[in-house]
Amino acid sequence: MENDIIMTIVKVVVILAVFSALAGFTTYIERKILAFMQRRPGPLHVGPFGLLQILADGAKLFTKEDFIPQNANRLIFMIAPVITAATAFIAMTAVPFVPGVIVSDINVGVLFVLGVMATGLYGPLLGGMAQANKWGLLGGARTAIQLLSYEVVTGLSILAPLMLVGSLSLIDINNYQAGGVSDWLIWTQPVAFFTFLIAGYAETNRTPFDLLEHEAEVVAGYATEYSGMRWGMFFIGEYANLFTISFLVALMFLGGFNDLWFIPGAIAIILKVMFLIFLFLWTRASWPHVRPDQLMWLCWKILMPLALINIVVTALVAM
Amino acid sequence: MSFKDLKDRNVGTQEYVMMDIEEYPKTGWEAFKQVIDRGFSVELFKGLGITFKIMKEALFDNQMHNVQYPIERLPISPRYRAVHKILTLLESGNNRCIGCGLCEKICIAKCIRMDTKIDEESRKEVSEYTINLGRCIFCGYCAEVCPELAIVHGGRYENASEQREHFMLKDDLLTPFEELKNQLEYDGFGAISPDADKKIKKTPLAY
Repeated sequence: MENDIIMTIVKVVVILAVFSALAGFTTYIERKILAFMQRRPGPLHVGPFGLLQILADGAKLFTKEDFIPQNANRLIFMIAPVITAATAFIAMTAVPFVPGVIVSDINVGVLFVLGVMATGLYGPLLGGMAQANKWGLLGGARTAIQLLSYEVVTGLSILAPLMLVGSLSLIDINNYQAGGVSDWLIWTQPVAFFTFLIAGYAETNRTPFDLLEHEAEVVAGYATEYSGMRWGMFFIGEYANLFTISFLVALMFLGGFNDLWFIPGAIAIILKVMFLIFLFLWTRASWPHVRPDQLMWLCWKILMPLALINIVVTALVAM
Repeated sequence: MSFKDLKDRNVGTQEYVMMDIEEYPKTGWEAFKQVIDRGFSVELFKGLGITFKIMKEALFDNQMHNVQYPIERLPISPRYRAVHKILTLLESGNNRCIGCGLCEKICIAKCIRMDTKIDEESRKEVSEYTINLGRCIFCGYCAEVCPELAIVHGGRYENASEQREHFMLKDDLLTPFEELKNQLEYDGFGAISPDADKKIKKTPLAY
């Protein structure tokens, strides 16, 4: 029993360290890929190929003044970024990253991950409302409508594959697709895959739906008044969510950590997640933002009916 | 060139590429057809393809579109009017400037100031020559008016400084003696035109 607790703590610390570092590294990758897609070289001068830019940015974030605006609600203002970062990492407890590495395999895995990620809504919302800044308030309001609306689509779109699998545990979902590429759920549930991916973009606040801190409209949205490491925690939380969504998509639709031809499972899932992260950056370089009303239109008039029809059709076929 | 050509402000090659813009849909049915057409031609993925192609070209076909400024520089036009240079005679290293004072006279920003004196060979010599670059508007009149091609506009455009009074002394602008062999006949602003020889006329004796 005591051994289990120690093992869990070790796993938690390792996952926390790895994904905090990966969040920083993803910013570097993001800047590089966006730069290449705009015919620029990206960060170059700090270290070899600009790799130490992450350290420079980190040092800047840590040494920056922790600024709290005059009329802000101090306590909530200070807590809000912690909510985002904490929920993003708590959500990772039920995600099996590679075979054998999972903090706890709970029987409602998917539900737990999505639920905790949805709780992350409180970070931007409370932060936006507490900072006594109208841009922050607008950003917080946008967060609320965007995340709440797309939560519905996420839930409905994974319902259909879950009906096929018959379990909410991510390991069971993974094992369901063990029979090679033809067993992947993306072939039987393409509509669910696309709606879940789009909703994932919206929930992780990535570019086609990057309205929460849309610089051209609301300065920086809910992060307007944040500086230093508090802003950094929002940032780490967002990138951790990015990884969680990528792992979820890879596990639920792309065959998870099963062996792929000659590639061992652990490397296969990492390759899949890398491709999904690249897809996130690729779309960011290619596509423009949508307007908030278009965002809501897409959610309630296109994706939600589509997901519902998909559930009905899947149920009829499965019967 | 006729007067009409001269007044034509629409300069350039006039080789415009006209964009192929479709008619906007007028009725609801046409709008619906447009949505269907665009939806099924998966234009979003075409956009993804374009950015991927650009990334490939930038990485492998050497099509980066940037100049890494302090290391690389773009060439500037020889007609560019940056900080002045005062040239010297190539053979003797003496100043080309004869102290006529035309540049001081024509300077509309009143930023050139020169003192002259008669030296021991009873020739006019420039004892002090300053250009206040804080005032200079880089109009180029001084270089145009100079009869000896002594003052020209150089290509040194990086003239940031802590004080605007910097770089204003003649010694900063004059070609140093040890670099005389590197001094080129300058084809920039203030230099004679390439066909100057053909334009030479005898000075008329009587007007």
